[in-house]
Amino acid sequence: MIKFINVSKVYEDNGAKALSNVNMFIGKGEFVFLVGPSGAGKSTIIKLLLKEIDPTSGTIILNDIDITKVKNRKVPYIRRNIGVVFQDFRLLPNKTVYENIAFAMEIIGSHPKEIRRRVPMVLSMVDLSGKAYCYPDQLSGGEHQRVAIARAIVNNPPVLIADEPTGNLDPDTAWEIMKIIKDINRRGTTVLMATHAKDIVNSMKRRVIAIEGGRVVRDEEKGVYEYEA
Amino acid sequence: MSMKLRIFKNILKQGFQGSWRNRGMGLASIGSITAVLVILGMVLIIILSINNIVVETKNKFDEIQIYLEDDIESEKMKEIEDKLKSSEGVTDVYFESKDEALEIMKKDWGEESYLLEGLEENPLPNSYIVKLKDIEYADNVVSKLEGIDGIEEIKYYKDVIEKLLAAANYIKVGGIIIIAILMFVSVFIISNTIKITVTARKREINIMKYVGATNGYIRGPFVIEGIILGLIGAGLSILIVNYGYEYLFKVISEKLYVIFTVYLVAPHALLKDIIIMFMAIGVGIGTLGSLISLKKFLNA
Repeated sequence: MIKFINVSKVYEDNGAKALSNVNMFIGKGEFVFLVGPSGAGKSTIIKLLLKEIDPTSGTIILNDIDITKVKNRKVPYIRRNIGVVFQDFRLLPNKTVYENIAFAMEIIGSHPKEIRRRVPMVLSMVDLSGKAYCYPDQLSGGEHQRVAIARAIVNNPPVLIADEPTGNLDPDTAWEIMKIIKDINRRGTTVLMATHAKDIVNSMKRRVIAIEGGRVVRDEEKGVYEYEA
Repeated sequence: MSMKLRIFKNILKQGFQGSWRNRGMGLASIGSITAVLVILGMVLIIILSINNIVVETKNKFDEIQIYLEDDIESEKMKEIEDKLKSSEGVTDVYFESKDEALEIMKKDWGEESYLLEGLEENPLPNSYIVKLKDIEYADNVVSKLEGIDGIEEIKYYKDVIEKLLAAANYIKVGGIIIIAILMFVSVFIISNTIKITVTARKREINIMKYVGATNGYIRGPFVIEGIILGLIGAGLSILIVNYGYEYLFKVISEKLYVIFTVYLVAPHALLKDIIIMFMAIGVGIGTLGSLISLKKFLNA
């Protein structure tokens, strides 16, 4: 599903070496935490997967496609296979919850009937059916993130990438979000989540890939945030 | 409705929304496009009118008049006449005597012809009037007469036509330069106008990119916005050029000389061409402006 083969990235503008010889394999349906200190290279990995940047060397395979060889023009089609959730939610303030989610379907030209069917479905998955016609400024932080998750999965992508999805949320709300992401994973979506949330990583007992100084320093099933839990 | 059509409808809707939201800056863009096209229209009409004048002049003045000195020997006159008649392109040679010339002048002067009565001696020369197939033959005919004594002056209109053509050329070149500069300015103003929408929707565009919108889908509404601005500018300039010229034409033919308007392009003769040309240029400027405003943003 996601494969990094000898991936290195040197940022051209400042010569900083963000990743060196990263190898990792994430299978279909897996749930993987990506942990490590700030500046370790987590964001670089996510940017590479979204093809915001290209690696200096190495191969990245996503859903059997070598995305390092995909032309810029085709990038949007690659991104349709990945749902993304960010720490800062990134909702459109002038659209309702319903419209924010429908927007992701309109962009790819979905049938209005399909939109009317899918949007309420994902809204109920994230437990926001009652807030469909609210605007983002009427929502709490947790609700924001739930809308963002609903938007990320509405087109049924095989992979969900979450970049610090609980970073701006209080612990209780963070757990609600984790429960939703866990549910999404249970339905078969591969999840890659970059996080600093030690408690969450430690109690979820999922695969943990730790990055430090641009290298994979640890990769264990049912791992924990640090060596000493 | 097919997928492509739905996407197109979305793009169209957003394009109209964008142009309505920035109507302030939009006015500046429309103004600049209108200015470019109105000037283009003016240059076009001037050039075509000059061309008309040239064609008309060529037809009317396809003759040479050779004025003879009063004391010319009759042998020489015979020589001149023979040479003229044998020249290529000459259709008719007519001898106009001093007295005939004076009669014609009196007729032309009409009521003022009494002024000519007081003349003690007829000051007008004898002349040959040579009709040509085409004014182009004039130089050749004239060169044959070189070196013959007794010719006072040779008059023909080739130089007038050449001057007119040169003037038309200057206007053409000048017009093209002015239009090119103005087009550049319009593209710049439009790209700035659309940059406002782009900036206002930066967040939305970013999200669109993450959700997998193609560059075409993101670009679409802005291109539509540019085209709308271009078309409004084109429409305005068509109205201004058409009615403005119609009015000007009327004023010239009523208050000045009807003779003059004969040479001008008729007001509605150009309408169809102007509509097509202006619409195309307006759409072109609008599209180019919006693509430029997005180029940096989409590549980043």
